[in-house]
Amino acid sequence: MGALGFILNAEEGERSWRLAEYVKRGGYGALKKIIAENIPADQIVGELKKSSLRGRGGAGFPTGLKWSFMPRQFPGAKYVVCNSDEGEPGTFKDRDILRWNPHMVIEGMIIAGYAMGCARGYNYIHGEIWEIYKRFEEALEEARAAKLLGNNILGSDFSFELQAHHGYGAYICGEETALLESIEGKKGQPRFKPPFPASFGLYGKPTTINNTETFASVPYIINEGGDRFLELGKPNNGGTKLFSVSGHVNRPGNFEVPMGTPFKDLIEMAGGVRGGRKLKAVIPGGSSAPVLPAEIIMECTLDYDSIAKAGSMLGSGAVIVMDETTCMVNALLRLDYFYYEESCGQCTPCREGTGWLWRVVKRIEHGEGRPEDLDLLNSITDNIMGRTICALGDAASMPVKSFIKHFRPEFEYHIEHKRCLVPPDVQRAGSGFFKVA
Amino acid sequence: MLSQDAFRKIDREIAKYPAEQKQSAVMAALAIAQMEQGWLSTETLEEVACYLGMPPVAVYEVASFYNMYDLAPVGKYKITVCTNLPCALSGGVHAADYLKQKLGVGFNETTADGKFTLKEGECMGACGDAPVLLVNNVRMCSFMQPARIDALLGECE
Repeated sequence: MGALGFILNAEEGERSWRLAEYVKRGGYGALKKIIAENIPADQIVGELKKSSLRGRGGAGFPTGLKWSFMPRQFPGAKYVVCNSDEGEPGTFKDRDILRWNPHMVIEGMIIAGYAMGCARGYNYIHGEIWEIYKRFEEALEEARAAKLLGNNILGSDFSFELQAHHGYGAYICGEETALLESIEGKKGQPRFKPPFPASFGLYGKPTTINNTETFASVPYIINEGGDRFLELGKPNNGGTKLFSVSGHVNRPGNFEVPMGTPFKDLIEMAGGVRGGRKLKAVIPGGSSAPVLPAEIIMECTLDYDSIAKAGSMLGSGAVIVMDETTCMVNALLRLDYFYYEESCGQCTPCREGTGWLWRVVKRIEHGEGRPEDLDLLNSITDNIMGRTICALGDAASMPVKSFIKHFRPEFEYHIEHKRCLVPPDVQRAGSGFFKVA
Repeated sequence: MLSQDAFRKIDREIAKYPAEQKQSAVMAALAIAQMEQGWLSTETLEEVACYLGMPPVAVYEVASFYNMYDLAPVGKYKITVCTNLPCALSGGVHAADYLKQKLGVGFNETTADGKFTLKEGECMGACGDAPVLLVNNVRMCSFMQPARIDALLGECE
């Protein structure tokens, strides 16, 4: 188990997510301490700032700063929203946090409500993880029955109600303002910012949205102090973090490690590259982060600053591993189809551009590429990036730019020879699908 | 017509939101309706719209925006396979090909006996368990190599 224990060891058993088990592990201790000692909201936000906790959903924005943007004296309703709409290809950490530790998220959200003066919260859960959504609803019932949610929590004058809202298959709802639109019962189309959610959020009221893992980090920070959390990681990159490792490794899964852990250690924890093959490339922070070749990523440490210096993003901590059996054109094609499919259609550069990117990469993959196609792809991305309401357009563009930048000869080979540099049977064997049969 | 039980469930969803924000329950209401009826017909959309006090077109917008709603009939078992990059690296596309061959249908097609519909899905947030597929939107199946796909199809009656 990692320092924060986001994910419990298998031996803790199937009941480990229950309230009673969470309390045995010291759960709700942070909330009880706040209520018993009547800790002022400023002090909570101050601890968060000290901790250097940065948003775990991908953007890495300092959480304490975000909480301080909420208008303290606003007279009407204010909301706390948790973003568990985890749909960034490669990311599957929030599912495990909610599966094994839903009360840790609930406690973090209650504390957020207390610190920002909000009486209501919603957790927006990815529609595809229906069983987890049902479990979260059960966990909420347990918390209500124990007077940890509802009116006069633990006998204080603080009241907070929390509900679960499920998505139903739209990647874009992971974007915070699209998520708010979705809770309001509309299409999940992002809003123009500003105004930011802290001034105009859910139902037009001040709202703070954080990722599941961010909320789950809060109880530890209150219990142990912001300094202790910061020490777990490295300066400006506090705490431990969950990394989701997928693709060509022997043991894909989630690993909670301190910020600043060497990348090669993470690969070892995941059992090494599948079948002992050679590492080719890694997308270090979810599908929207630029790809890095093996020789660059192997020198990196896992924190926001190191990965940014190498030219990519830590993002959500989703590490997609590709070994030498991977055709980079085919890999990019899968991503481009995704963004084309998931563009909400609101902004023309993204709606038209993502489809165009997909069609051009498709023709390269299928042996119909033209010599000018790589320049064309770069030109399309230049005309998408920075010209849309939300970041999906940029997210679709960064893989294209980085794949061409680092693997240009492979794309050129494809165009010239009308076939993959990596032979199809090698690619086919790489997935391990048929071997198991 | 939706059953009384479905309306009771929808009422529980409405109660999650501020009294003047009934529309917030539309996603859940449509999911409840689809689970009962198998898919969302125009009549069902109108019924949900009427119940929530929304214009029917606003309900249709939601139903057509989110991928997991079915606006046309599907088989008894809808199998959605993730073919995104992380899954594909561990056989997601191969799993889809295997299913196409076993069922004799392509994506968005239903077997002649009305039992299975095959769909291509986008990231389900379970990339470490690839290949991953989803049955009827609610049951996620992990590590679906050929033998496990065979077993799954065998237990679908």
